[in-house]
Amino acid sequence: MAENRHQSLGLSDEQVLDMYRTMLMARKIDERMWLLNRSGKIPFVISCQGQEAAQVGASFALDREKDYVAPYYRDMGVVLAFGMTAQDLMLSGFAKAEDPNSGGRQMPGHFGQKKNRILSGSSPVTTQVPHAVGVALASKMEKKDIVSLVTLGEGSSNQGDFHEGLNFAGVHKLPVITMVENNKYAISVPQEKQIASKNVSDRAVGYGMPGFTVDGNDPLAVYEAVKAAADRARNGEGPTLIETVSYRLTPHSSDDDDRTYREREEVEEAKKKDSLITFKKYLQDAGVLTEDKEKEMEEELTKIINDATDYAENAPYAEPESALKYVYAENE
Amino acid sequence: MPVMSYIQAVTKALQEEMQRDENVFVLGEDVGKRGGVFRATDGLYDEFGEERVIDTPLAESAIAGVGIGAAMYGKRPVAEMQFADFIMPAVNQIISEAAKMRYRSNNDWSAPMTIRAPYGGGVHGALYHSQSVESVFANQPGLKIVMPSTPYDVKGLLKAAIRDDDPVLFFEHKRAYRLIKGEVPEDDYTLPIGKADVKREGSDVTVITYGLCVNFALQAAEKLAEEGIDAHILDLRTVYPLDQEAIIEAAKKTGKVLLVTEDNKEGSIIGQVSAIIAENCLFDLDAPVQRLAGPDVPSMPYAPTMEKYFMMNPDKVEQAMRDLAEF
Repeated sequence: MAENRHQSLGLSDEQVLDMYRTMLMARKIDERMWLLNRSGKIPFVISCQGQEAAQVGASFALDREKDYVAPYYRDMGVVLAFGMTAQDLMLSGFAKAEDPNSGGRQMPGHFGQKKNRILSGSSPVTTQVPHAVGVALASKMEKKDIVSLVTLGEGSSNQGDFHEGLNFAGVHKLPVITMVENNKYAISVPQEKQIASKNVSDRAVGYGMPGFTVDGNDPLAVYEAVKAAADRARNGEGPTLIETVSYRLTPHSSDDDDRTYREREEVEEAKKKDSLITFKKYLQDAGVLTEDKEKEMEEELTKIINDATDYAENAPYAEPESALKYVYAENE
Repeated sequence: MPVMSYIQAVTKALQEEMQRDENVFVLGEDVGKRGGVFRATDGLYDEFGEERVIDTPLAESAIAGVGIGAAMYGKRPVAEMQFADFIMPAVNQIISEAAKMRYRSNNDWSAPMTIRAPYGGGVHGALYHSQSVESVFANQPGLKIVMPSTPYDVKGLLKAAIRDDDPVLFFEHKRAYRLIKGEVPEDDYTLPIGKADVKREGSDVTVITYGLCVNFALQAAEKLAEEGIDAHILDLRTVYPLDQEAIIEAAKKTGKVLLVTEDNKEGSIIGQVSAIIAENCLFDLDAPVQRLAGPDVPSMPYAPTMEKYFMMNPDKVEQAMRDLAEF
């Protein structure tokens, strides 16, 4: 039998199966959304494909009963791990009134759900970094044991809010973990034209915090790094920057054509390292994922996603005049 | 009733709100140990400590953005922008994030924070310490913009802003800080955001304005009273969203309306006030609506000659009121 890495991290067989299931759920919902988009049923998709391992590995390293996340638009794996459902995501894809993220006001990928402590996000990138720092500041002020995790792409790590936010967190030693999901491309512009340093994590030194680069296709490596960062944060030792390196397996969005800027061979090569393949193999080799379990999981997820799609497609849109609601608090 | 300056009323309101609610905290540049470059947060660091009166790094977008995050968590942050001119790096956080938080999350999340900033000229502050920036934010539903004219209004409106469940921009005229004094009750009171206030009843000419210019209009009105011209003065107090009802009522009262702002003329708040009057008061007007404003140049120059030329003052307001009364 192959080396059992998850037990040495303190993860049970059940937990790693749950991780894999969450990754697979994200992948399958994403794939369904592309089908719905290409068949003209939903206007827009923006993918998590290639980043599920980092998203789910990081989320499982947190306390999902009390910690906060400020996800970015690819983080379907994060929001699923934090309690959002396939139905919630499909309602968002179809822009229906019941969408818990925004009631059909925002494009898909603009996550937010207060009951699960998922901060609402926008489209201008990186604005969520100071928000996560603000949550960490509040947590520290109240002497709570709460950590916040904020995620973003490597291109976004050039924005002022990344630097202003990390510096604020570093100065005030706040319990916030910044995870840059480096998928090598910001739409069409590759990493080497985005960032002058070798690694995104090199930037941590300027803000007085440790920075780590880990394999973003390996959920256990990401789990280990984020777990250590969360422990540090809860011990009052301050923030951490983590860079997870993987690859964006799809075009930027349903409106992009990545054939115009990258070779197919490069994409095919990256697909060999796809975490949905490599982690599955690890679980099989470790004897955790049996053929029966895999079949059962596939069937279960297919049913959940079919049901979610049907429900969302048939759910009502918001009333037109409801566009006027909730500009300000309505208890005045 | 104690008499205090405009800036003392700011400090008093902050102190009372911090005593009342432990979720209220202050963050900004030099607000802690120094008590603010204008001394608006004087004494708060000693009373409440460095955890609730936070000296932040010099980075305005983080001041706004960290405040938003803390507000989403449930705190009541009061952020200070050292000068309104320096709010520009935070505009993305204020407009894309704070203003839209409630709307975009379908009422799930909100960002109840107050952002204070000293604005306005006449203090030898030149281009980047003199600006009026309200019109940058005054077409952003989700925001409220408060610009008080008196110490009494400062205390009542700042307390209301801190208690408000939505983001409020609170612009304080820096020349008013020590120039304007007035009676301020010691008790806990708030004033309604979104409501204009009649500062002087009159029947000949209506002046609608806000901030320091209210004081200029009141001074001009006293002089004109000696000439038998009786001015009606409406203080907008909240410049976004506007109190349409009060504007219409004030315009109809005299039929002659002068709108005054220290801001550049084109695209300013008073253009919107003018539009409200045009839509609602055509048959009540006895003269064209007049706008008195700063010139359309980028900002207020440093040299005293040019600064004085740009800056609003009681004489300019008095002349414009007289001209309109005689129309």
